[in-house]
Amino acid sequence: MSKKLKKRLIRIIISLVVFIPLFVVDLLIGLDSFIDDPKISWLIPFLSFLLIYLFISYDILIKAFKNIIHGQIFDENFLMIIATIGAFCIQEFPEAVAVMLLYQIGEFFQDLAVGKSRKSIAELMDIRPDFASLVKDNGEIEVVDPELIEIGNIIRVKPGERIPLDGVIVSGDSSLDMKALTGESLPVDVEKGNEVLSGAINLTSTIDIKVSKTFSDSTVNKILELVENASNVKSKQENFITKFAKYYTPIVVISAILLVVIGWAINGHIEVWVARALNFLVVSCPCAIVISVPLSFFASIGKAAKLGILIKGSLYLENFNKAKTFVFDKTGTLTKGNFVVKSIVPEDKKEEILKNAYICENQSSHPIALSIKAMYQGKEDLDYKITNVPGKGVIAKKDKDTIYCGNHKLLDEYGFNYPLIDEAGTVVYVCKNKDYLGYILIKDEIKEDAYELISYFNKQNIKTIMLTGDNEKCAKEVQEALKLSSYKSSLLPQEKVSEIEQIFINKEKNELIAYVGDGINDAPTLARADIGISMGGVGSDAAIEASDIVLMHDNLSSLLKAKQIAKKTIRIVKENIWFAILVKVAILILSAFGIANIWIAIFGDVGVALLCVLNALRCGRVKKE
Amino acid sequence: MKKVYKIEVDCAVCANKIQEAMSKVEGVNSVTINFMTQKMIIDIDDASFDETLKRAYKVAKKVESDFQIIE
Repeated sequence: MSKKLKKRLIRIIISLVVFIPLFVVDLLIGLDSFIDDPKISWLIPFLSFLLIYLFISYDILIKAFKNIIHGQIFDENFLMIIATIGAFCIQEFPEAVAVMLLYQIGEFFQDLAVGKSRKSIAELMDIRPDFASLVKDNGEIEVVDPELIEIGNIIRVKPGERIPLDGVIVSGDSSLDMKALTGESLPVDVEKGNEVLSGAINLTSTIDIKVSKTFSDSTVNKILELVENASNVKSKQENFITKFAKYYTPIVVISAILLVVIGWAINGHIEVWVARALNFLVVSCPCAIVISVPLSFFASIGKAAKLGILIKGSLYLENFNKAKTFVFDKTGTLTKGNFVVKSIVPEDKKEEILKNAYICENQSSHPIALSIKAMYQGKEDLDYKITNVPGKGVIAKKDKDTIYCGNHKLLDEYGFNYPLIDEAGTVVYVCKNKDYLGYILIKDEIKEDAYELISYFNKQNIKTIMLTGDNEKCAKEVQEALKLSSYKSSLLPQEKVSEIEQIFINKEKNELIAYVGDGINDAPTLARADIGISMGGVGSDAAIEASDIVLMHDNLSSLLKAKQIAKKTIRIVKENIWFAILVKVAILILSAFGIANIWIAIFGDVGVALLCVLNALRCGRVKKE
Repeated sequence: MKKVYKIEVDCAVCANKIQEAMSKVEGVNSVTINFMTQKMIIDIDDASFDETLKRAYKVAKKVESDFQIIE
């Protein structure tokens, strides 16, 4: 609690201690019974309540006075003062004090809740490193501000410290806690030569890092900037309430005046109408929604950031919730993007086929080659002369032996006799000298969490479309396995953008299209979609730049989480807007007919605001697992 | 030039009001008052930066006397 808040709390407590007994005495025997003369009997209650009133509301009086001088007539403080002074005028002394007291209590709790959540969210997001240990040429260590480190400098990071800048490890190995970046709690092992990202915490042993990016370009700073600026991109709801707030107060105040004038003209009892109009002034502040809506978005964006989901603005959270069509890239998004040997045919020649394929592929770093290397256990004589046949395969020669390893085009070129295999996946044929040995079927794997995500989307009636550069067979297999709504196969990267264009042309007017990709080759598509979502964004500036939502981790469950967060946020925001408006309007109507008294009105102001704030805070709550 | 300042602003409504008032000040290209992060991002032409900022601050003070630029 800040000093300011503490002072307010003490003031509230003192006022309550004095007010409550006085109020009870007034209720039971009446403070005006101490003086018999009816002309001045009201003086005792008036003066005693006035003293408490001045004590509890002097700051508001001062503020209101200042604001009036500056021409702010629809100022909240001023309206509160008018409402309470009005109550004094019609001799409702305890009511006047109570209104002010409750107003102060409500404001206090509201500020406390908002301040607390703001602080805790800010703390969660505060992954800013405070210092960097620069290793100088003579081996000495100097502790400096990370912003002063230049590219090429060597920095030392001890266990327990946060890596201050992006770079490459030049000595030492350790494991890193990347939780702040990806939301993933499993530590990641790193060794010399590995790239490391700022924001990660070094866990086990000291490492030296050669800095590759300045602080302002480093991952941690990028993330912080992104999250901090997120609440500046306002959602439609936020823009709506800004407008609403602008008109609401003047309208209520003018209606209050009209109520008095018209009521007085009709039946002449001015004090009745003034009392009713005072209720109007009490509920004239739109605080409840004005504070709770941005708070909801802020809390959600903060919570998402903690889970490794960066949302660039409230608007995107809102649109993400609304999007009814999700377009997915296949490789690396729905599938793992790492290829695995699925089968080797025929089974009895398995060892021989794999061995020969390994001889051909062992020097390559192509994903297909990697999967073959991963499969093969033995050590092989590698003294072969390797020739690449671009777009077809590889030929390996040694002495009299020649091994052919590649697609059907390679085999056609060399006149082999072989069965053409038509299966989903990549088929690698292997031949030796004159003989066809068999083939290896290599496939990409569908991510485990893709099933859950797509079935969730299907339940929500969200259209899912997959775009891929792979062939028809492959695409269809993934589509059937995941139950996607539709797919487009054999697309070149540039065709993906035109495919998105096509989806845009065919969509309904207010439909929003989300695109999910890995951010590597699809920056234009990410930018073109209403909501561009990139996965595995850590360290990829282009992806962070082009997308609206960045999933730091490349698993799809964070996308599902993001969707649920968006849904919950919008629901809470709507709840708050409707609840606040309905309660206030109801109180206005009831007050106009004299059914609601000032106590109900005060609930309509501070009570509603407090409830809305508490409701908004639910956005930031993380469920304990 | 865009600059970010830490600020103190007490309520969300005030933040909106201050933002509106400050953005009308001559020389201020754009200003965002963020109540949640308690930060102000203000864009003023380089030549008259300090002078314009002072004027904008005065205007903000008029709208909401509790408003403060901390650093």
